[in-house]
Amino acid sequence: MSDVVKETVSDAVDIVKDHADDVHEHDVSAGDHADDGHGAAHATSLGLSNTKLAMWLFLGSECLLFGGLISTYMLYRNRHSADVGPDQLWDIPFTSASSFVLLMSSLTMVLAVSAANRKDDRNTKSWLIVTALLGSLFVAGQVYEFTTFYREGLGYTDSLFASSFYTLTGFHGVHVSVGIIMLLATMAMIAKNKISGDKAETVEMVGLYWHFVDVIWIIIFTLVYLIPA
Amino acid sequence: MAIIERPATESPAPTDTDDLVTATSSYGYLRRPVESTGWRSWAFTVDHKKIGIMYGVVAMFFFAVGGIEAGLIRLQLAGPDGTILSADKYNQMFTMHATTMVFLFVMPMAAAFANYMIPLQIGARDVAFPRLNALSLWLFVAGGLFLNSSWILGGAADGGWFMYAPNSDTPFSPTNGVDFWALGLQITGIASLVGAINLIVTVLNMRAPGMSLMKMPIFTWMAMITQFLLLFAMPVITVALFLLMFQRSFGATFFSVEEGADPLLWQHLFWIFGHPEVYIIVLPAFGIISEVLPVFSKKPLFGYPFVVFSGAAIGFVGWGVWAHHMFASGLGPVSVAVFSVATMAIAVPTGVKIINWTLTMWGGKLQFTTAMLFACGLIVQFTLGGLSGVTHAVAPSDTQQTDTYYIVAHFHYVIFGGGVLGLFAGVYYWWPKIFGKQLNETWGKWNFWLMIAGMNLTFGPMHIIGLQGQPRRMYVWTENRAGEGFFNLGMWNLVATIGTFVLGIGILLFFINALVIHRKQPVAPLDPWDARSLEWLTTSPPKPHNFDRTPTVHALDEVFHRKYEDIGEGDEHDYVQRATLEELMLEEEKHADAHIHLPAPSYWPMVLAVSLPIMAYGIIYTTWLIALGGAIAIAAMFGWALEPADAEDSDFDPPAPGEQTSKELANV
Repeated sequence: MSDVVKETVSDAVDIVKDHADDVHEHDVSAGDHADDGHGAAHATSLGLSNTKLAMWLFLGSECLLFGGLISTYMLYRNRHSADVGPDQLWDIPFTSASSFVLLMSSLTMVLAVSAANRKDDRNTKSWLIVTALLGSLFVAGQVYEFTTFYREGLGYTDSLFASSFYTLTGFHGVHVSVGIIMLLATMAMIAKNKISGDKAETVEMVGLYWHFVDVIWIIIFTLVYLIPA
Repeated sequence: MAIIERPATESPAPTDTDDLVTATSSYGYLRRPVESTGWRSWAFTVDHKKIGIMYGVVAMFFFAVGGIEAGLIRLQLAGPDGTILSADKYNQMFTMHATTMVFLFVMPMAAAFANYMIPLQIGARDVAFPRLNALSLWLFVAGGLFLNSSWILGGAADGGWFMYAPNSDTPFSPTNGVDFWALGLQITGIASLVGAINLIVTVLNMRAPGMSLMKMPIFTWMAMITQFLLLFAMPVITVALFLLMFQRSFGATFFSVEEGADPLLWQHLFWIFGHPEVYIIVLPAFGIISEVLPVFSKKPLFGYPFVVFSGAAIGFVGWGVWAHHMFASGLGPVSVAVFSVATMAIAVPTGVKIINWTLTMWGGKLQFTTAMLFACGLIVQFTLGGLSGVTHAVAPSDTQQTDTYYIVAHFHYVIFGGGVLGLFAGVYYWWPKIFGKQLNETWGKWNFWLMIAGMNLTFGPMHIIGLQGQPRRMYVWTENRAGEGFFNLGMWNLVATIGTFVLGIGILLFFINALVIHRKQPVAPLDPWDARSLEWLTTSPPKPHNFDRTPTVHALDEVFHRKYEDIGEGDEHDYVQRATLEELMLEEEKHADAHIHLPAPSYWPMVLAVSLPIMAYGIIYTTWLIALGGAIAIAAMFGWALEPADAEDSDFDPPAPGEQTSKELANV
């Protein structure tokens, strides 16, 4: 395994060093487009593949979705009863650990993308699995956290703080869960050789989504848990 | 899907061939649909042209529905103490009138043109994601039908189109109407979001060689800005709708003031979406008339870069003016001042456009076809709406006008005068391109003049009755408060109602023109308007693959420059015609590309679209429907992912031995 890691790291360094070339070598291929079924790289006007551009646009839109939810939470974060608020509920060490797990899953995702770029199906699949497992661990942590909060008296409708907290983190949890399904589906499709189009790019698209969900969590963790009310 | 065989050097075979071909391999769980005729060729198509036509047809259907609702509203208000509608039904009527017109007519009608015209205008063979395109269409249809099914399931939404919470919470709106509204708009919102991503990628990535951004036809530019607005506006209303749904269905208290909630939260979220929405409505229409005016003035668009950048400026500044819808809500003097100034500022790029249009016509050889009349109508009527709009920008004056009929007058001048007239200009202008026949011009002119007269009779008096204090959304007005003489509310309400029916007759003439008279019209010439942009460099209606060879673009107004040569010297321009479009087309056909592969039809967009209303009914009525809809959705998504986006070689019939034919997959 350590060889794989070394290879991956050197690969990553190369990618960073030579990003301009990377854009042209790796990105030029049409995704869901009429001409790409025949292997010939289809030049797009921007030089960025259609699927990648679409994913970036989608993530741009998602920023406003979370922007709306985060704003709602920030508006209502202090509107709770005196005895069931963040001060009583938050377990920062636990949430930090689960945040760390999610962050690590981004690293394994990078390794999966790197393996896919090297056309190394076996390692792609393993890293996808590891990423999905780490993601599941995070979701499990969130479920544990929610049930604990519920037992301590924070029902969904108990206060504005409760509703907006569960809604915001719940939306994020659903995003992570969808990401896990995507990871597992991609893994299965690679295993059965069912991916139409560019395999490495498909993995990369899932990766973009996964990193986005991760970045959103960093913002949520900071705003919701770390900044004192 | 059909294989069209043709020798590579000859002109293309007729596209209505009915050589049916079965897919030789199956994908995902199911074989691809292969029908080239009948309803299945439409239901499972991924052809942007068919999808565009279907968008237009469904939008026009909802236009009629929304029009009937408007007629009932005006009948109720024609005389004092109207009895046609109960207060409750009246609330539902104006809510659904606005919702239908905005979300189910104007937006999809603009989407129809964007779908049909963008690939043609940029020289592409289809959009970037053809199956997603079909998904957008069917989600819009599913959402629209779901929304309107509330009429027969206990009553429609009744909170006004901006559905202010907490007024839309269960204590004040106990029927399921608001739930239908929230979930229906969620579905059409996904349609808009998917469509926006698809069209932006198409415009940015699939332009023909040589077509830089500043050589793009202006409609494509405006449509792209619209899609960016949709991309960023839709998630905000999504959040608002989710919060409303959680409040109504799961007992959350986001908007309950008695629980300490902020009553302005909904207003902010809604208008952060809602104000860009205004530009989502008018920018495509601006794009359309920026195509129409140059063609019928025989001049290039005056200041093309200014029109482009003022459109982009509207797109940016449009995000900074939302609170002018909330001047009466007590935002505080600083916010009010800032949003007041921003609102006045956004009038500048709009004014720039009006000047550009006027100067395009200045000194031109004007041809007042119906399309041109609608374009001129837009300039005049929209400017009137803009002027009353500036009176809202002045906060003290706006406070006086808030929630009166003056507001109704203003936004109908903007949306009907700015949006709908532009869309009609597009219908008359592009009809021969889309259907190969022109609409009857005499009927068209009657249609135009009755619509103009009707809209001014309907919405003009609303300025007066609004300033006289008649509130919007009141289901009756009473005689003894109606005032006297010129300002008598009764007289002007009656005029507005009569105007509505004049307007209705005008629109009826359009439907007769399109559905009845159109049948007897002769085949239109290839270039009926002496047009300028790339969508005319193909047959009418276009072939399934749009262009015989991918055009190489050298100039803005490419088709014009291919037809005309500049023989002027120095700064003088003098154009002489060197070729007709027929000759250009012969040239294109001679150099037709071989091996044109078009995206293949698919079942999955429609299946996925159907699953969402099932889930939505489940949220309202019973949980197991959610599970059923969810299962269908997941099955559809996996089917979609497992089905290759493009047909593969095995999908084509093998070439006959020793034959020099090129094969083409076309979903005719």
